[in-house]
Amino acid sequence: MSALVASIYRGITYRGAEGQWAWILHRASGLGIVLFLYMHIVSIFIAAIGPEPYEWVHKYLYTSPPAKLLEIFLGFGVIYHALNGMRIIIIDFFPALGKYQRTIVRIELVILVIILIPYAIATLGSGF
Amino acid sequence: MRIQMRIRRFNPEADSKPWWGEYWVDVEESDRVLDALHQVKWYQDGTLTLRRSCAHGICGSDAMVINGRNALACKVLMQDVGDVCQVEPLRSMPLIKDLVVDMEPFFAKYRAVLPYLINDDLPAEGERYQSQEDRARYDDTTKCILCAACTTSCPSFWANEDYIGPAAIVQAHRFIFDNRDAAADLRLRVLNDVDGVWRCRTVFNCVQACPREIDVTRAIGEVKLALMNGLED
Repeated sequence: MSALVASIYRGITYRGAEGQWAWILHRASGLGIVLFLYMHIVSIFIAAIGPEPYEWVHKYLYTSPPAKLLEIFLGFGVIYHALNGMRIIIIDFFPALGKYQRTIVRIELVILVIILIPYAIATLGSGF
Repeated sequence: MRIQMRIRRFNPEADSKPWWGEYWVDVEESDRVLDALHQVKWYQDGTLTLRRSCAHGICGSDAMVINGRNALACKVLMQDVGDVCQVEPLRSMPLIKDLVVDMEPFFAKYRAVLPYLINDDLPAEGERYQSQEDRARYDDTTKCILCAACTTSCPSFWANEDYIGPAAIVQAHRFIFDNRDAAADLRLRVLNDVDGVWRCRTVFNCVQACPREIDVTRAIGEVKLALMNGLED
């Protein structure tokens, strides 16, 4: 455990560049997606308890403003994780592109924003 | 110009944990961090312990964390560090004293990749001919000075000190892609280990840290591809 804490401390105090932050965000978004999957399984399981609690969770809880915000975070996590994963695959198969990695990260962030904005508008605008 | 030096100090005989020593030094803009450390050691506190040898970026002795980033103290100019210069020993290496770390685990990984020419066949005519193109194939990785700046900047290495590390992979790359060498298979076997080349997460901290400007991640990527597809020639 102390080794884990030490390695996290090193990660956040080392002044790395785009690659390091892209990697940290990749890990964080991956963890976030796994946590969402657990939450998803639990909320679906509520149907086994009865229709009323299921209705309440999906009609009222999930449409509340904090849940909407979390949903945008989820979209960010999934889109970022997918795009960054593609960046890693591209660099793994074409190592010579590594010298353009800073540009590639920036292009990735632009694509992320382009996809995320309509997603966020659609999420905030929809009832459910 | 007057600059504050914050230096991570640790004396195993007196301290239970490292602490920050603060010193003020007068330096020229063109001075290096190593000159400022010398000022502290020579005129303020002779107990400050650090490694350095050539002081010209070739021997690789004085790699340390300068303002949060790995670099050679003899290559960073004071004009580039700001008003406060913070110096720490390399991370994830056993700390001996102040800025000196135990390099032995690092060199053990270096030895593990067999960093020397292996070829039992005698050369055809007096010497092993190599074309300029074949020499250029691994030119970048011949520049490594084994300072450990890359390996100790790598998050995979911070998380798992058994990871062979970028420096050893760079050294292996230098011989794997040398067409006079005949032992690429032995090296690739070492690098295909669970703590070998696959622990690289293409974070690029090594490329940023390398004082010799080696494209380390590219070398690692080429070794990964050689493991997947085999060597081309």
